[in-house]
Amino acid sequence: MSAEKTGKSSVLSHALKDALIAGIVAFGLFILLLGFLTDDSRGPLQLRQRPVLLASIVGMVFVGRFLISLLYYNAPALRHWLGKLWFAICAFAARYKWQLVALMFAVAASRIYYAPQSWPLALIIVATTFIGVRFGFSAALLVFAVLFPVTFYSNPYYLGIAIIILTYVMLGWGLNIVVGLAGLLDLGYVAFYAVGAYSYAIIAQAYGWSFWVCLPLAGLFAAFFGVLLGFPVLRLRGDYLAIVTLAFGEIVRIVLLNWISLTNGPNGIGSIPRATFFGIPFNPTEAGFAATFGLEFDPTHRTVFLFYVILALALITNWVTIRLRKLPVGRAWEALREDEIAVRSLGINPTNTKLTAFAIGAMFGGFAGAFFATRQGFISPDSFTFPESALILAIVVLGGMGSQIGVAVAATVMTASFELFREFEQFRLVIFGFAMVGIMVWRPRGLVSTREPTAYLKERKKISVEHVAEGRG
Amino acid sequence: MTNAPILSLDQLTMRFGGLLAVDSLSFNAKRGDITALIGPNGAGKTTVFNCITGFYEPTSGGIRVTHDDGDSFALEKLPDFKIARNVHVARTFQNIRLFAGMTALENLLVAQHNMLMRASGYTVFGLFGLPGYRNAEREAIDLARHWLEKTRLTERADDPAGSLPYGAQRRLEIARAMCTKPVLLCLDEPAAGLNPRESDELNTLLRSIKNETRTSILLIEHDMNVVMEISDHVVVLDHGKKISEGTPDFIRNDQKVIAAYLGVEEDAVEAVEAEVGL
Repeated sequence: MSAEKTGKSSVLSHALKDALIAGIVAFGLFILLLGFLTDDSRGPLQLRQRPVLLASIVGMVFVGRFLISLLYYNAPALRHWLGKLWFAICAFAARYKWQLVALMFAVAASRIYYAPQSWPLALIIVATTFIGVRFGFSAALLVFAVLFPVTFYSNPYYLGIAIIILTYVMLGWGLNIVVGLAGLLDLGYVAFYAVGAYSYAIIAQAYGWSFWVCLPLAGLFAAFFGVLLGFPVLRLRGDYLAIVTLAFGEIVRIVLLNWISLTNGPNGIGSIPRATFFGIPFNPTEAGFAATFGLEFDPTHRTVFLFYVILALALITNWVTIRLRKLPVGRAWEALREDEIAVRSLGINPTNTKLTAFAIGAMFGGFAGAFFATRQGFISPDSFTFPESALILAIVVLGGMGSQIGVAVAATVMTASFELFREFEQFRLVIFGFAMVGIMVWRPRGLVSTREPTAYLKERKKISVEHVAEGRG
Repeated sequence: MTNAPILSLDQLTMRFGGLLAVDSLSFNAKRGDITALIGPNGAGKTTVFNCITGFYEPTSGGIRVTHDDGDSFALEKLPDFKIARNVHVARTFQNIRLFAGMTALENLLVAQHNMLMRASGYTVFGLFGLPGYRNAEREAIDLARHWLEKTRLTERADDPAGSLPYGAQRRLEIARAMCTKPVLLCLDEPAAGLNPRESDELNTLLRSIKNETRTSILLIEHDMNVVMEISDHVVVLDHGKKISEGTPDFIRNDQKVIAAYLGVEEDAVEAVEAEVGL
C-alpha cells in the first residue's frame, strides 16, 4: 500500500519536473520566435509583443508534457483519447501557420497514439509545412479525398458518409456562387436540387437514357429554373429577396407533391436507374462490372464508383467557380455584392449579371440532384424540404462567404457531426445549434474570413473581411 | 470631328411629386472643355447628374451627347448601364462608391468589364484560358496600371479599396471612371473633403485628363479654388434654375451669383429676384 503511494507520488513529481523543463525549453525557444512580431502593415515598422500567444504555447507544452509523463505508462484508455485530442490541436495549430508547433505536437502524438488512419493528418501537416498553408492544405485534402476509398475500402459506412459529405460540399459550392460571390441571399436553393433530381428520375425512366446523358439535361433544367426564379426577384434586395426565394423553394416542393401524374406525388419515384460504369452495370451478372474486369462481385464497387463520380462533380464545380471568379463575369458578381449602383455606373448590365449567377448556381444544384437521385434510387418531396436549404445556406455562411476551402470544411464538419452525434439522438440539433452559435460568436464572418484578390500587380495580399460587403441582394 | 457640343441639355425638368428639383434647364458643354456646375446646397446639381447618367428618368426635356464622329445619342430614355456602356459617359459619386472589398486593381478591372466580356467570348473562351482572353486581360491590367500611376496609387494597387485613405479613394474613383474610356466624365464633388494640397493635385489630374485624353469633363464642385482655376465654362444653378453662365471670371463678378451664394440686403434680393423672374 505504502509502496504504491510512494510510486504514485514519485510518478507525479517526476512528471512535474519533466514538464517544467519542457516548459522552460519551450519558453526559451519561442520567446523570440512567437513572443515578438515585427509588423509594418500599418505604417512604420513596429515591434509587437504577443504575450498571450507565447503563454498559451508554453502552457500547452507544459500541460502536454505533464500529461504525457503522467499517463504514458499508466492509463491506456486515457492515452487513446489524449492522442485524439492531440491530433485536433495539431490541426488547429496548422491552420494558424504554427507549423513548427504543429510538427512538434505531431511527433509527440505519434509516440503516444498510433493509428493507421492518422496519415491524412500527417500529410496535411507536412504539406502545409513545406508548400505553405495556401496550397498545402488544399493539396493535402485533395490527396486525402482521392485516396479515401483505398484507405476505407473495408468500411462502406465511412464511404457512404463521405459521399453525403461530398454532395453537400458540392451544394455548398454551388450556392456559394449565388450567396457568397453575387451576394444574393437564396433561401430556396433546395428547389434546384429537387429539379435536378426529378429531371434525372423522370428522363431516365421515360427514355432509358444513361446517367451521363441525363446529368447535363438535369443541370440545364435546373439552370432554366434558376433563370425563372431570377426574373421576378431582380428588383428585390435583402430580406425581400430571401422571402421570395424561400417561397420559391416551397412552391417547387408543393408542385412536386401535387403533380401526381408526373411526379407520383408524396409516394415519390422509385427504381430510378442506377449509375453504370459507362454502360456496364454494377451487378453480379455475367455482363456486370465485377465479371467484366475479372473481379469477385462486391457491392462496395458501386459505392466506390459513386464516390469518385461525386468527387469529380464537386471538383468540376470548384474548378469552374475558381475560373469564373477570375473572369469578368465573376468580378462583376463580386462588384454587385459590393455596390450595385457603382456596377451600373460602369456599364455592366445588372440583370444579366444576376441571372447568370442564379443560373450557374442552380445548374450545379441540379447536377448534385441528379447524382442524389441515382445514388438513392428513390426520391420523394420529403428530401427537399426547407431545412435542407437552411443547412446548405448554413454551410456557406459558416465556411465564410465566397471561400471555397471554407465551404468545403464547413460542409464536412456539419455533415460529419450529424453522423458523429447520432447516439445523442434528439439532442443532436441542440448540440448543432450550440456549435453554430459558438462559431458565429467566435468567427462572425465564417471560418475563412479573408478574401483572395482575383488579380494583382506586385503581391497577392489577402483582404480582411472587414472591408468586404456581406451582400444585401 | 464635329462641332456639336459634347453634351446638350434642352429644357430638362425633373419633378419629385410636388418638388420641382430641376426646372427647364438648358445648357451646352463644349467638346474638350471642363464645364463646372455650381450652386448652393439643394440647387439640383446632383439631380441633373443623375438625369444625365440615367439614374433618374427626367420628367421632360432632352439630353443629347454627340461623339467625335458625329454619332448622337438621346439619353433621356436610356437606362443607366446603357448610357455608360454605349454612350461612354462615366461618373463618380458624391459619397464615394468603390468596391470596398476588392483591391484597387480589381476596381479598375471591373470598370473594363464590357471589353473583357467580349474578349472572353462571353465567358466561354475565358473559362478555358484561351490566349485571346489572356492578352485582353494583360491589356486591361496595363490600362489599369497607367491610371494607377496617373493617380499615384501604384503602391496601393493590391490593397482593398476600402482601406485606402479618403483622398486616395477619391482619386481611385476617378481612375475607375477613366478605365471605361469615357467621352464625357461627370465628377460629383471630386474635391469634397480634400485638403488644399490634395485639391491642387486634383486640378493637375483633371487638367491632364483634359489635355491628354481629350475627355470632356462635367464637374459639380463647391471648392471655388478648383472651379475657378480649371473650368473653362461655369453654369450656376439655384432652386433648379440656371441663374448665370459664363467664364469663371464673369461668374466671379456676377451679382446674381453672389446673391445666391452669400445673400444680400432684403431690397437687393427682391431686385435680383425680379430680374431672374422668381
